[in-house]
Formats: sequence, C-alpha cells, structure tokens
Amino acid sequence: MSRQSVAKAHQKIQELAWEPAYHEPVSQYGTDYTFQKAKKRDPLKQVLRSYFPMEEEKDHRVYGAADGAIRGNMFRQVQERWMEWQKLFLSIIPLPEISAARAMPLLFRTVPNPELHNGQAIQMIDEVRHSTIQQNLKRLYMNNYIDPAGFNSSLRNFQNDYAGTIGRQFAEGFITGDAITAASIYLTIVAETAFTNTLFVAMPGEAAANGDYLLPTVFHSVQSDESRHISNGYATLLMALSDESNHQLLERDLRYAWWNNHCVVDAAIGTFIEYGTKDRRKDRESYAEMWRRWIYDDYYRSYLMPLEKYGLVIPHDLVEESWNRIWNKGYVHEVAQFFATGWIANYWRIDPMTDEDFEWFEYKYPGWYDKYGAWWENYNRLSKPNGHKPIAFEDVDYVYPHRCWTCMVPCLIREDMVMDKVDDQWRTYCSEGCHWTDAVAFRPTYQGRQTPNMGRLTGSREWETLYHNWSFADIIKDMGYVRDDGKTLVAQPHLDLDPKKMWTLDHLRDCPPFPSPNVTLNEMTDEEREAFRADYVRQGPGGRPAPAA
Amino acid sequence: MTVTPERSVPKPVFTDAEAGARDFPDSELRHFNYFVPKKRKQSHYEDVTVEVQPDPRHYLSQGWLYGFADGKGGYPLEWTALKAWGSDRPEPERFPGSGGQGYEWPAHGWHEFRDPNEEWEQSIYRNNSNVVRQLNQNVEAARQSKAFEQWNRNWVQFVAQHVGAWMHVDHGLGLYLFANANRRGPTNMHNTAISVNSMHRIRSAQDLALYNLTLSEEIEGFDGTAHHETWNNDPSWQGVRETAEQLTGIWDWAEAVFAANVVFEPLVGEMFRSNLVQQAAPGNGDFVTPTLIGAEEYDYAERDLRYTRVLFEPLVSDKEFADHNTKIMQSWLATWVPRCLSAVRMLQPLWSQPDAKPPRFEDGLDRAKGRFGGILSDLGLQAPKELNQ
Repeated sequence: MSRQSVAKAHQKIQELAWEPAYHEPVSQYGTDYTFQKAKKRDPLKQVLRSYFPMEEEKDHRVYGAADGAIRGNMFRQVQERWMEWQKLFLSIIPLPEISAARAMPLLFRTVPNPELHNGQAIQMIDEVRHSTIQQNLKRLYMNNYIDPAGFNSSLRNFQNDYAGTIGRQFAEGFITGDAITAASIYLTIVAETAFTNTLFVAMPGEAAANGDYLLPTVFHSVQSDESRHISNGYATLLMALSDESNHQLLERDLRYAWWNNHCVVDAAIGTFIEYGTKDRRKDRESYAEMWRRWIYDDYYRSYLMPLEKYGLVIPHDLVEESWNRIWNKGYVHEVAQFFATGWIANYWRIDPMTDEDFEWFEYKYPGWYDKYGAWWENYNRLSKPNGHKPIAFEDVDYVYPHRCWTCMVPCLIREDMVMDKVDDQWRTYCSEGCHWTDAVAFRPTYQGRQTPNMGRLTGSREWETLYHNWSFADIIKDMGYVRDDGKTLVAQPHLDLDPKKMWTLDHLRDCPPFPSPNVTLNEMTDEEREAFRADYVRQGPGGRPAPAA
Repeated sequence: MTVTPERSVPKPVFTDAEAGARDFPDSELRHFNYFVPKKRKQSHYEDVTVEVQPDPRHYLSQGWLYGFADGKGGYPLEWTALKAWGSDRPEPERFPGSGGQGYEWPAHGWHEFRDPNEEWEQSIYRNNSNVVRQLNQNVEAARQSKAFEQWNRNWVQFVAQHVGAWMHVDHGLGLYLFANANRRGPTNMHNTAISVNSMHRIRSAQDLALYNLTLSEEIEGFDGTAHHETWNNDPSWQGVRETAEQLTGIWDWAEAVFAANVVFEPLVGEMFRSNLVQQAAPGNGDFVTPTLIGAEEYDYAERDLRYTRVLFEPLVSDKEFADHNTKIMQSWLATWVPRCLSAVRMLQPLWSQPDAKPPRFEDGLDRAKGRFGGILSDLGLQAPKELNQ
C-alpha cells in the first residue's frame, strides 16, 4: 500500500461510490438550482491514508510552537492592545468553522455527483479540526495572558452580545436556506476563497508584529486546509454554471454573499488590524492595502473575473463599492469608532489611540485626523472614570447609529442609510446592498421566479430592542459582563489593570435609559420618520450630527 | 562603501502581559465559566467543544439569524423524535425590553451529553494516523514476506468478492448516514462525535479499497473489480445492501445513529467481520486481512459504540421523558431488528465458501445476538420479540 502513488490510490477510492438500487438516501435540504448528473472528478484528491498523518504532523508543529511560546514567555512580549481584540475574534471564529463542517451534508443530495462527496467529507473533518484548534488557542490565551476576563466567558458573551451576533452571520449563512446558496456560494466561493485571505493570512501577520506568534502558527495551519476547500467550491460552481437556468440564481447569490462578507468581515478584521496593532511602521501595509492585494487582485481579478467567460455575472459594482467604502468612506474607521463608543457592552478592553497612531492613520488614510482625531482625543480623555459618564453618554459630537437590519453592523456611512417598511416593520439598512438582501433576495420569489428554498432572515436582529429603555448597569449585569468582584466591568476603555482605574457598575448608575433605535423609529409618525431620515443621511463622517440646515 | 539599508521589521517590546503579573478582578479566573463540567474539573475536551454550537434556550439572546424557507434555523430539537428533559419548554420569548435571559444553563438535557471518547482535533488525528500507519506496515510486511502466496484460491476469491463488498457498506454509511447526521444533532458534542464516527467508516472503506488495490498488484488473478459485481448482483449481499440503503434513508438523526450502531453493527457488521472474516482468515493462510478488519472492529466496539451507549442510555432513564424515549427506541428495534436479521441471514451462504470453514453460521449468530442483547441491557431496553425469529 505504501508504495502506491496518491493518484493511483485516489483513482481506486472512486470505486467506493454506488448508485442506490432499493432506497434513496434521505433528502433533507432543498435548492432552487438544478444540476445534471455527470461524471466529475473529486477536486480534493485526498486519500485518508495520507491525510491523517499529514494533519497529525501539522498538529505536532502547532502544539510544539504552543509549548515553545509558553516556555519562552511569549506573553511578556505580546501587546495587550492586540490580545484584547482576540477576545472578540476567538469568541466568533470557532462557530463559523464548525458550521462549515455541518454545512457539508447540505450538498450531498443537492449536488448529485458522488465523486465530490469524498472531498466534502474531508472538508467536514478539517473544519472540526479548525474549530477545536481555535478553541484550544483561546484556552491557552486564557491561561497565560495577563487578563483572562472575556476569554473565560467567551462563548456566553459571543451568544448574547451584538458584536458576536454580527459575526454569527459568518456561520449561520453556511447552514440554512437554499443548500447551494449557503454551503457552496456563501461558504466556499466567497467566504473561504475570498475572505479567509484577510482572516487567516493578513491578520496573523499583524499578530506576529504584536508579539503573538501563536495566532499565525494556528491560523496558517488552518489556512493550508482552507486552500484545499476552495477546489470543492470551484467544482460545484462550474457544474452550476453548466446549466443556464442557474445563472440568475448565481448572480443573486454572489451579490448577497459578496456584500454580506464585505460588511461583516471587513468590519471585524479591518478593525483588528488597524486599531488592534502597535506596529506603526509607515511601510507596513494598511488594511486597505492588504484588501487591495488579497481580495481585489487575488480574488476578484484573478479568480472571479475569469469565470465571466463561463457566463457568471460578476457583481463588479459591489466590489468597487466595497473598495469605495473602505478607501473613501472610512468603513473600517467608522466601525472601530462604533466599537469604542459602545465599549461598555463589550467583553474586551479597547486601548485609546496615541499620537503615534494618529500620525500613522493620517499617513495611510490622508484626512483621517479631521474626521476621527478629535473623537479619539475625547475617547482618551474619558477613558478613566473621573466623575463623567462613558463616552456614549457624553457630548462628543457623536450620534448613536441605527442598526442595519440585514448585516447588523450599524448604518455608519450615514449618507448611504436606507429606510424602508419591510414585513410591516420600519427598518434601517446600512446600504442599498443590504436593503436588497432583505427586501428582494431572501424571498420565496426572485425576479418573478419561484425560489421556495431560499432562506429567511430571522431572529431579534436589533440587539438594542432587547434592552429598550434599560439602564446600562442592568444591561451589563443581564449579559454577565462583570468580573469576579461583582462590580468591575469586563470591558474597559483603556488597558490599565489598576482596579482603582477600572470602570464598575457604580460608574454607570447615572447613565440615562437606553432606548432602542428601531423601536423608537417604529413609534414615530410618518413625518417624524421622514425628518429623522433626512437628518440621518446628512450626519457624519465620524458620527457627527448633521450640520445646521 | 556599500550601505545596507536598514530592514523594516516590527520591534519587540517588553510588555509583561503574562498571567500573574498583576492582581485585579478576574486575574485568577482561568477557566471557561459558562458551563458546568461533567466531572469535578473541566476537561480539555469540554473546553474545546462545549457551547461552540449556541442555543436560544440559554445564552443566544437574539435567536438564530438565518432560517430555512420554513423559518427554522440552527439545530431544531424536533429533528429527532427523542426528547431530553426540558425539550418541551418553549424557547424564551424576546421582545422590546425583555432582556436577554434564557433558561439557566444547560436549559435542557441534551447539553449534558459528553463523548466518552473525548474526541477533538488531537484525538482524531492521533488515533486515525496510528491506524493507517499500522495498517500500512502490516500490509507492507506481508508483501515483503510474500504472505499472500499462502492464500488458497478460494480465499483469494472470497477476499476479492466479499471482503471487497464490505467497503461499500462503510462508504455509504460513513457519508450518507453519519456525515449527514453531523448537521442535525442538538449540540456540538453530539455532532462532533458523529462526525468522527463518519470518518472511521470512510477511512475503513478506503482501507479496504486500497488493500484491494495492493492485492490486485500482488496476487496474480486477483480480480480487483469483483467487489462491484458482488455488491451489485450477488443475491447473498442484496439484503445487506437494501438494509444499508434503508439506513441512509432515515430522516430522524437519532434513529439513524441508533439503527446503525445499536442494531445493524452488532447483528450484521460484527457478524460479518468478527464471526466470519476474522474466524475464517487464519485457517486459509491469511493473517493480513484480520488486521484491517480488526482496526474497523476496534473503532466500532471501543469508540463508536461507546459514545452511542452514553448518548442513548441517559435518554432511556431521562427524568422527564424516559417512557416516551423507551417506547420510541423499542419501536425502532421492532423495525430494524427484523431487517438486519433478514439481511444477515441472506449472507449465510458465505460461511460455506472458504476452504477452511469458520464456526457455523448459527453459532456466530447466537454470539451476535448475545452481544446485541448485552448492548440493549446496558441501555435499559428490552430485546424485541423479533430477535427470536
């Protein structure tokens, strides 16, 4: 056996599949796509005989590095600014990974080519690997980093916090709705092929620059699996393209998947990389530069555009608008500012920006200081409790934003906000793309065509609704974001661990009740609502109130 | 003089951000505080699996964000007819000003399941790598010592046809029953255990296929394609095939795992592997095939059956739904035992094919039934009357 070539072995295992003679396997997931049964090649070309030892060897390297990090006192050199954002990232990412494992069976009956199923099963167990190896990394951080708060409560926080909810789309989108939309287009064609580049390659590079070489060790090991999964998605995409009746759905799904991934992933990873780093060398790439390289050039131009000749309609306008939002509309900066505004509802600490940070931002994003500098100066001024309220309740020229019903990131680029009554409820959206996703794409008909298998947007999508008119001290207690002395908050707007300088529930007692923007919107008269809309789209940048008319 | 430009690299900084550097609230709280461990101390396995899959009944305050066309998202409990305590409580209602509280963790009994094998990334790759390495070495050693030359002609044919046919059972159940079920269990611990079970079966299928390839290269006249004909057309195998296909057609994920691991494997799988191949091979000069079959047998008996017992036994004795669950599992037994017995009886002609005969079919079946009865007894279930057929 050991002398057989992998190609020969792989050819042999193709003999395993059989056509049912008596009973069909259960069919539990639907799709509006149609696939022709045709002989296909398994694109993964993986045989378990070599796969298991390969992964074991990769594990040895990862766990060897973990031991080395502890023995070498890595945590004496990690930047707390960076590690704090890992409390958010590592609370989110194990669920998308395990959801990708759970998504694979959605394709078994909907893509009727047994040759592809071997690769999908291997992807399934890869994803179990990723989820648990990432949980293990978080456990190691919790045990060895100075401040375990937020790591120790990670998965409860992830489930009940608005930030975790935003990230959760990157998991739930894989496992529900039309099987091809979810497990193929959203998961493998867009999330894995495009956005894992920034997640698992760009971000680890920044971790290393901040003294953390374990994140790159784990995530590069993960990414070497992801790159194989891309071929699973590509094979299914080519099959879908071969049937012209699928083109309309492919166009829809690429638009939805691209825009949602941009909204969610760029918000999170952009913030981690730009605001979580202490590396302010002028020649280190900004997130915008990384995005241009990894996503625009490597994915959009090199992977997606060549598929046009097979009839795929590429959402050029959305790709360009994503870039426009990142480069011209300050998307990442607006998101980071929002996270910092709402620091009290977080489960991690956010370091204030310094003069060195300001200089770097101005160099990389000319005009940054005029838009955001004064606000960050205020953040710094208000970071230690000193008789004032948290920044969200102080007058710092910032209007608390409404949330996007679709992507659940707030409507931060104010001029792009869309307001509409959908399903008998007034909703706000961060962009035309997100409005279209809710009002047009996730519906049982699309452009006159029946799409009975398309999924639904569900849940209490505005976090603030749950706490409509609550006091923030009660909100924090309800969510469980209090340290073991019963009063100090997990979140802090600075990195100083001197208990006298940390915010407690007592500091929040005088904050006014916190109304839900969406509930408030729905209580308005039509005239009030239109006035609200007209004002909102004149706000910003940096959340500034609309100038006086 | 050449001036080497200074390279731009990040500068290491001493931050003293290691555990224990300061005392402050939570500075010593170094364990995940959102679940109750099975034993006194949280295990590594629990830390990397528990709560990764959320639940609106406790912490998931905003609920599932995406649903199927019928609006159902996540992992609906009604994807099985079985119930664990708390299953019938409605999901906590969330509305303007409701707050985010759900039921106290674990909210329902499904979250109490822990895989006794404690499967996670490291265990999966360690165990399976050990198996494939050992099998590679066994087969290679046999090849070098010309061990296959000791096989008599009938046994060569038996391995080509019948041992070969079993790879299809492993492959079909591995993919379309177990991998399929990994989407449908109510907690991450269920679905992870099931996905590992799936990989055991798929690996075993590939082990047999690649062994078949080696034999095609090593034994003159070994027909490496005979397994197809046997699986497709040999009447002895059509009962097993029909039952395997029926198993992949089960809608209820728990019934699928139960029917496969509690009924099919002891009555058909072990009967074929342990009571036929393992018993007949040595007498026919074959010490290699039992090592492959034995690896699969160990995966089932020591790992897959082990988690299956721990999955179902608490449901039989559930503090709220014991009767409900027992009735359902008994009905599954009434359905699957006759099918599996019928399938295994159709295999009976295989017992007479090798030159050196294994122990009698009926003796083997008695042993298999005894083993099956023991499993049912462990679970607190009654052997169905159909077992006496």
